[in-house]
Amino acid sequence: MAIRERLSGNEAMAVAMKQINPDVVAAFPITPSTEVPQYFSTFVANGQVDTEFVPVESEHSAMSACIGAQAAGGRAMTATSANGLALMWECLYIAACSRLPIVLACVNRTLSGPLNIHNDHSDSMGARDSGWIQIYSENCQEAYDNMLMANRIGEHPDVLLPVMVCQDGFITSHAIENLDLVEDDKVKAFVGEYNPEEYLLNRENPIAVGPLDHFTHCFEHKRQQAQAMMDAKKVVIEVSAEFEKLTGRSYGLFEEYNAEGAEACVVVLNSTAGTAKYVADQYKAQGKKVAVFKPRLYRPFPVDEIAEVLAKYKAIAIMDKAESFNAAGGPLFTDFTSALYAKGVFGPKVINYIYGLGGRDVKTDDIEVVFNKTLEIAATGKVDTVFNYLGVRE
Amino acid sequence: MGKVVEIRWHGRGGQGAKTASLLLADAAFNTGKYIQGFPEYGPERMGAPITAYNRISDDKLSIHCNIYEPDYVVVVDDTLLTAVDVTSGLKESGALIINTTKTPEEIKPLLKGYKGKVCTVDARTISIETLGKYFPNTPMLGAVVKVSGVMGTKEFLDDMVGSFKHKFAKKPEVIEPNIKAIERAMQEVKGL
Amino acid sequence: MSCNKELKTVAPDVNWKDITKGGNIPWAGNAELFKTGDWRSMKPIWLEEKCKQCLLCYPVCPDTSILVNAEGKRVDFDFDHCKGCGVCVKVCPFKAIDFVEEK
Repeated sequence: MAIRERLSGNEAMAVAMKQINPDVVAAFPITPSTEVPQYFSTFVANGQVDTEFVPVESEHSAMSACIGAQAAGGRAMTATSANGLALMWECLYIAACSRLPIVLACVNRTLSGPLNIHNDHSDSMGARDSGWIQIYSENCQEAYDNMLMANRIGEHPDVLLPVMVCQDGFITSHAIENLDLVEDDKVKAFVGEYNPEEYLLNRENPIAVGPLDHFTHCFEHKRQQAQAMMDAKKVVIEVSAEFEKLTGRSYGLFEEYNAEGAEACVVVLNSTAGTAKYVADQYKAQGKKVAVFKPRLYRPFPVDEIAEVLAKYKAIAIMDKAESFNAAGGPLFTDFTSALYAKGVFGPKVINYIYGLGGRDVKTDDIEVVFNKTLEIAATGKVDTVFNYLGVRE
Repeated sequence: MGKVVEIRWHGRGGQGAKTASLLLADAAFNTGKYIQGFPEYGPERMGAPITAYNRISDDKLSIHCNIYEPDYVVVVDDTLLTAVDVTSGLKESGALIINTTKTPEEIKPLLKGYKGKVCTVDARTISIETLGKYFPNTPMLGAVVKVSGVMGTKEFLDDMVGSFKHKFAKKPEVIEPNIKAIERAMQEVKGL
Repeated sequence: MSCNKELKTVAPDVNWKDITKGGNIPWAGNAELFKTGDWRSMKPIWLEEKCKQCLLCYPVCPDTSILVNAEGKRVDFDFDHCKGCGVCVKVCPFKAIDFVEEK
């Protein structure tokens, strides 16, 4: 029996970490993710976990400590947001290239500047090519569930990559919501032990980690790392299927909502996808069909599946809660259009909306603007502007 | 889809409006509802106006934006009336619930033409007489439940006894006064 | 701590499927297989009769090329790996190491 609970998104992630009981958590506080290590440190103080909690002096050190701990043979976790993630930057790449399946709770916040504590996706989007698997969460339940699945995905022998689980800062991280928890013993059995093949503290088989890698071998290592990212997709599907057997909650590479009979589709991440579903229900009641496509696995980017599913729509609006400053659309837009083009899908008209930057609230009215425009394009086949901003004062 | 009750709280940093919204979410959760309780974060300073929200529903909630057309607005401090447009978007079928020594008739002219119900409760007096200190959120919680009817007053009180027993396990002497504060607010709220 | 495992190098022509994961070197100590002795242009000469066995030379050698026997006494250089940097020559207080051109 699931445990009916009400927790904030941060608390949900911290509870997942408690149930996972990692060997090491090294973290430095930053709004809005601070509560994750804060709650976790109380679990440590209360003896509810065996974890070595390392309160470091910066996020660079937090990730460095995680790299050391994971390379030593332990299971390491951390949490951060925005500039904290940015300060981890070089270490993110080192964790990934060293094939260390660290798990990071990323509570999305606007990356400075201007200085802002609220939610958008500029932090994790900046790390999208760092070699970390990225999984996005709509609500507290998904933030919890994705944390429980993260170790299994990252630690799979075909993967061995670090995993970033993202949720929206404040909007879900500080919102109390209903969720179902899995019992401790079931989590323990599901997550299992971490038994790396090679690790630093193995007396029988000592290794060297992170040596200089010249042009003679570096390319081969990168190619191998790229393969791990390609192979991660099937592991995400397998682990999610096993999780569904355990909990009844179904997760895929993405969620397609209200797709039946719809010619218009809106692609949107995290909490705004929930608001979009709410509006989609209202539209459906009025006989207007707009599908909501919510990516879950963003790195690796499931090109084949996305192109196949989106091919049926006449009009697609891709919503980006991050500005790429490339004069060519947000990160999701670039990835989605590239996937469609690469797979020879030329039917749908695709437009981009940059929205919600710096925590600008996304109202149902805003979603309606996107829905109406997408319906209009589906009906007329005409696109006036590809690159749009939603909810900014003109 | 069942009806979603949406509540917006206005308070000042340090008065416990956020805590009150979370307590209300807790109580509604304990009676089997789907809930959301979330604050709108701004400058985190003692005395700064703050806003918090609740959604309470029989069905799952997927919406994740602030509340612009609340069914109920709770004002924890009547000095906010001049600083904040508290009735913005407030449904006229709903109600404004305010902590004040004034009567509903005295408050109405201050509300930019809001035509719905205005309920007043003197949470300061209740708090000081029952708890010995000024904690307006506990009586305000009682007033909200009474006015909104989001849950039965009996089941709400039973739940609060349970959660106070948990929360004040080391200070059992404060449980009774807190319950008393809620009950008095339920009895004394005016303008129903 | 010693390890009985056979030392190997990462082959120069290994492909990406067979290369070690993450750049790890699972044969710790395999630097021994990499002979750097032929990089030398200057060569240290150990003058055993002047040597007081103070062992100040031992920790400064960047290539672990000053060998110490089971009795804790230094013996001659490991010329398979000595690059001829001359640090040992500088630290020796007894002028017990000569430094000559490699021939």
